[in-house]
Amino acid sequence: MNNLKEKDSKFDAVTLNKLANQLRLDSLEMIYRRQAGHPGGSFSAAEIVTCLFFHCMNIDPNNPAWDERDRFILSKGHASALLYAALARKGYFPLADLQNWGDLDCHLQGHPDILKTPGVDMTSGILGHGIAIGAGLCIAARAQGKNYTVYTLLGDGECQAGIIWEGAMLASKYQCGNLIAILDYNDVQLDGFVHEIMPMEPLIDKWNAFNCNVIEIDGHNVSEIIGAVEAAKMVEDKPTIIIAHTIKGKGVSFMENKSEWHGKAPNKQEWELAQEELGRMI
Amino acid sequence: MSMGYLSQREAFGRALKEYGAENRDVVVLDADTSSSTLSKFFADAFPDRFFNVGIAEPCLVDVAVGMALAGFVPVINAFSALVSLRALEQIRTCVSYANTNVKIASSYAGLSDYKDGPTHHSIMDIGIMRMLPGMTVIVPADELEIKAWVPVIAQHKGPVYFRLSRDGTPVVHEKEPVVEIGKGLKLRSGKDVGVITAGTMTYRCLKAAQELTEEGIAVTVIEMPSIKPLDTALILDTARETGAVVTVEEHSILGGLGGAVAEVVTLHHPVPIERVGIQDTFARTGPDPDSLMDAFGLSVSDIVRACKEAIGKKEQ
Repeated sequence: MNNLKEKDSKFDAVTLNKLANQLRLDSLEMIYRRQAGHPGGSFSAAEIVTCLFFHCMNIDPNNPAWDERDRFILSKGHASALLYAALARKGYFPLADLQNWGDLDCHLQGHPDILKTPGVDMTSGILGHGIAIGAGLCIAARAQGKNYTVYTLLGDGECQAGIIWEGAMLASKYQCGNLIAILDYNDVQLDGFVHEIMPMEPLIDKWNAFNCNVIEIDGHNVSEIIGAVEAAKMVEDKPTIIIAHTIKGKGVSFMENKSEWHGKAPNKQEWELAQEELGRMI
Repeated sequence: MSMGYLSQREAFGRALKEYGAENRDVVVLDADTSSSTLSKFFADAFPDRFFNVGIAEPCLVDVAVGMALAGFVPVINAFSALVSLRALEQIRTCVSYANTNVKIASSYAGLSDYKDGPTHHSIMDIGIMRMLPGMTVIVPADELEIKAWVPVIAQHKGPVYFRLSRDGTPVVHEKEPVVEIGKGLKLRSGKDVGVITAGTMTYRCLKAAQELTEEGIAVTVIEMPSIKPLDTALILDTARETGAVVTVEEHSILGGLGGAVAEVVTLHHPVPIERVGIQDTFARTGPDPDSLMDAFGLSVSDIVRACKEAIGKKEQ
């Protein structure tokens, strides 16, 4: 799949699914090599990130600072391996850089860094910033007469942080129709299940109560992801939140739905097993 | 309080509105305090460029960050204690670390919110802000100086923390001073002791210097509005020329201007140092700013005493 970055066209569902698994494999290779990173939440968001970067977003890897580009804020910044893999496959920097992740002289930081990595639109890592910063960008874009869309990817555990809701109120007040937030709802966080650590339900009602346009989808179904983004773009006076039901660790059988894989690197045997499982889907 | 001078918040509110007319990139945000911080002057003049985010300082910072990413020059207004404490993570991660062009107008700083008491006092903010890499920390003394700083801060590329009092002091600068980030202002020269101060204490330092002069003690007074970056050359010149340094600030003696000056002097030209400030304690609610400052070690006589102590140590 090395040549995907050369193409500018949009892909069909089969290709997008394969690409999502390629990003999973890339991410896990990076995490294995570095013995650090977050496989669970990278895997749950693989189809979402693939659809955004290879279908939905209006971006140009040859011109990362292009003023009219769509913006992406990885609010759940710990899925950095996935983002880096997507940026490399898209052509923002060489694929080989992925294998230097975390080295002292590498531009790829533990969490995304706007000042170091081409294609990263905002530094993130401490959870909670995506909606409020995204809303600021949206308000500014509208004031400047620009038509770009701001995307932000949230974790579900992240929505336990108050600033998410501060941002949601604000995005609603200022009618940020150009903000599309996607919630990677895998129900697993570092310490266990979200519904046990700090229950979030009724989540749809919560976002509705904050006057957001709410769309619920299967976050591993690329057609549903693309359809939801297209529907969100039709709404001009409300921010959209796409609640994407996902599986933590999706794609590797022994990682699925297990909190221990939130932030753990595989050992050699686990890496080989995962490689085999993911390889079959590419 | 006597009439004839503006409170710092009013001086800033007016200056920001005035500057807003010439720089259309400036947007102003507040967290439900615009009628206190007086960012409402700007809001009334430029409603399309004013954003009230409600009582949510972390969100205030993040929204401004987003606007800065798009090329605006956001100026956020909030109570100092809230923006420097509740929103510190946002400032650290999204402003300082990400080096976004956000200007923080931190109002009601020091003890100036005397009526609301220690919950609302802000006496550790300078220490906090000056530890953030890339953050510029400015503490102005009076109305004309505030007016001078507004365009300088707006045109500086990078984050700035601008510390403002709710209240004010009599005039320090008879005409608008020329201010520059990283530069201090020598307000008077004397060979016996060097007083280094900033903000609302500047006026009190000049009064103390006058009293000391009457006793035959010659005092240098340095106003150091640029606490970061610090004018280390001017500090070291003062240490060399006077041999004794006194820092004076409406802030804890820990980590603020006193800490910054002590770091420089002890490393490069050790001389006796005294620090006038709040002595690592919370203050109390008070009837007016002046008596509260007097009660917590910031009186003119406290400055006079510290100067004599520093001179005494020099002579030992």
